[in-house]
Amino acid sequence: MLAATEIPPAPTRTEADGLPTYPGARRPDRRRTVDRGGIALSVWEWGDEDAPPILFAHGGFDFAGTYDTLAPLVADQGWRVVSFDQRGHGDSQHAHLYSWDADLRDAAAVLDSTSPGAIPILGHSKGGALMLQLADALPHRVSHVINLDGLPSARSWPDVPDHHRTRLLNGELAGWLDHRRVAAGKIRRPGTVEELAERRGRMNPRMDPDWLRYLVPIGAHQEADGWRWKIDPSMRMGGFGPWRPEWSMSRLPSLGMPVLCVLGLDIEVMGWGTLPEDVIPNLPAGARFVPLDGVGHFVHIEKPAVIADLTLELIS
Amino acid sequence: MSTPTSSAPAAPSGPVTTMLTHVKVQLALHELRSGTGRPLLLLHGLGEHTPSVVPAFAASWPGPVHGLDLTGHGGSSRAPGGGYTAEIVMADVDAALAHLGPATVVGRGLGAYASLLIAGARPELVVGAVLCDGPGLNGGGPAPHSPSVIAPTPDAMARAATDRSLPDPFAMVELARDVRPDDYASTYARQALQFSGLDAPLAVAAVVRPPWLAAVVAEPGVVAEPLAEALARYAALPTPER
Repeated sequence: MLAATEIPPAPTRTEADGLPTYPGARRPDRRRTVDRGGIALSVWEWGDEDAPPILFAHGGFDFAGTYDTLAPLVADQGWRVVSFDQRGHGDSQHAHLYSWDADLRDAAAVLDSTSPGAIPILGHSKGGALMLQLADALPHRVSHVINLDGLPSARSWPDVPDHHRTRLLNGELAGWLDHRRVAAGKIRRPGTVEELAERRGRMNPRMDPDWLRYLVPIGAHQEADGWRWKIDPSMRMGGFGPWRPEWSMSRLPSLGMPVLCVLGLDIEVMGWGTLPEDVIPNLPAGARFVPLDGVGHFVHIEKPAVIADLTLELIS
Repeated sequence: MSTPTSSAPAAPSGPVTTMLTHVKVQLALHELRSGTGRPLLLLHGLGEHTPSVVPAFAASWPGPVHGLDLTGHGGSSRAPGGGYTAEIVMADVDAALAHLGPATVVGRGLGAYASLLIAGARPELVVGAVLCDGPGLNGGGPAPHSPSVIAPTPDAMARAATDRSLPDPFAMVELARDVRPDDYASTYARQALQFSGLDAPLAVAAVVRPPWLAAVVAEPGVVAEPLAEALARYAALPTPER
């Protein structure tokens, strides 16, 4: 088993020979590291170093490589696309602790390392909600916001009586605490490229299997006993805590810069189940809202050309 | 597993400290007084650490007395890059309970909030929790602040880098800002009330009552009483079978 520091980073464009390919996908041109406060974040860039920058933030349990189809389309139109692996994800360092405020601080550190001025920011899912808060916290640093199915609503929360809710919460809490009691010794299960792609497909059932196979050598690393996803095994899907979905949505009306919100209308497991009627009342003046019929949560992967066109129309 | 990794006396007549593993953090659990019977577990406030001797209020406790240094405090690990939440602090306490078994918990400030959370989350392991005044009692209030990027000052980071006795500056800024909605706190009180099997599993000794604590006190079955009375009441309770 390799130590975290021994795991080689995913390849850049010039290092990707021999790896699986996918139509339209292109690895980043450069990789760099940002370290503020003790966590080394892996930052990836597509396009000319001197081009105007745009910052992309990925969703939970994803990594920057999931922008390998969207980012080149934007970069090829004269932009420097900068994305980063969030702490514990992809090639960024596994942290002792994870929190929303820490993710926001990390995103601000990457923004600082990219440009001193205001730049466009784009985020998918959790990354979209994170970028809403970044824009609300640092409006002088953000020129445009593009939100890709990252508008949390309370719709996916079960509507159950109080005493059942108490029982559900207690089960969830005990499960989380039980996980933390054993998480120190956890390692990701090894497998073949095919097996890792199949596992990821369970949470991304609409994704093309070829795309999932393409992602494995980027988001996973190979050892003697097989491939393992790099994401910190101490992290766990789901959760609890005081945070409410409306706290993210409530950032939206405050934004004063141009805003584009895209919503995939086919509900799936990784999404929020948010409907247009949840979003429309919260749109700031002049914001563009694009609901996409027949598209799931991963709008940028299912329709990269559509998202690239919408993004370029907003920022150009 | 939150198993002890080492055990050594801190001083010839001082507390015995056991290091517990909580994922990537090493937690210092101090035995302030040995003994038999149900332990009393002390949880300090934000920026504090476990006292070196048994506090006067715990002198008459019939069993052993322990204190846990929460992540980022005292003899426990700091978390590079932060990421502190009250729920992580609750899980610190769970690591101590995994080692000690059922215990009565007394918490100050941040430790009081953690006492509430763990009493709700592990009702079978907490035989009474007493919530007391102390640093970090309020947290960040009941609703999110205007958004900001929260970070310690460079000066605070530099001081903490050279002086290991200081609490982690990330803990200080993050745990002073964590949102504590009153209805969220109430759900933990209800879990303790519904699943602990005790008539009054939560005692509020704090004089200051931020919104989360006012909501907890308002739950039927939660008792507001002085610390000494609460401890006497819990000392008389039998310890549940594990």
